[in-house]
Amino acid sequence: MTITLNHFSAAAVFALFASIVFGITHRDTTREMVRYGLYCFAMFLGGALVAGWVMWLLRR
Amino acid sequence: MANSTSKTKVAEAAAVNTMAVLAPAIAWLIPGAGHIIQKRWIRGLLILISVTTLFLLGLAMQGRIYKANGGDILDILGFIGDVGAGGLYIVTLAMEWGQGAIAFATADYGTKFMIVAGLLNFIAVADAYHIAIGKKQ
Repeated sequence: MTITLNHFSAAAVFALFASIVFGITHRDTTREMVRYGLYCFAMFLGGALVAGWVMWLLRR
Repeated sequence: MANSTSKTKVAEAAAVNTMAVLAPAIAWLIPGAGHIIQKRWIRGLLILISVTTLFLLGLAMQGRIYKANGGDILDILGFIGDVGAGGLYIVTLAMEWGQGAIAFATADYGTKFMIVAGLLNFIAVADAYHIAIGKKQ
């Protein structure tokens, strides 16, 4: 079986699972875990989008 | 009375020491299991699902698994990352999966997914150890 993900979906899958583990392992309470996980997810995806736009600007 | 209290303390310390060795070892072998044996069910399941899914997705994307090597520094680091996945890595090697396929454009993503899965499991192992020694709840 072969799965083919495009750039964005690969980044989204990576961000989701990495954020879950980061949230669980880097904070002590459930509430803090959820908040930190959401923060990491937003930073991963936001960083990818910003990097993409920066590359688009550099290419012009 | 004092004697029984000290006996209880000794028994608790022995249990903590046993768990401090057992939890990281089993957490490495089976992602999330270090949390599950310490009754952190939800955390353990989430780690199990996250690490395993990331690793299996990497395999399904035709990613390449690194074997023990003494060559290029990036290959060595790739091996260190992969080996963090524990049992998943052992099974993949035994079944000779993860040979990589250059024909697939996303195969390199798959390789990175498997390395990241291993590195995330290393973090989970450290977390299981911290729970075992009482540094974290």
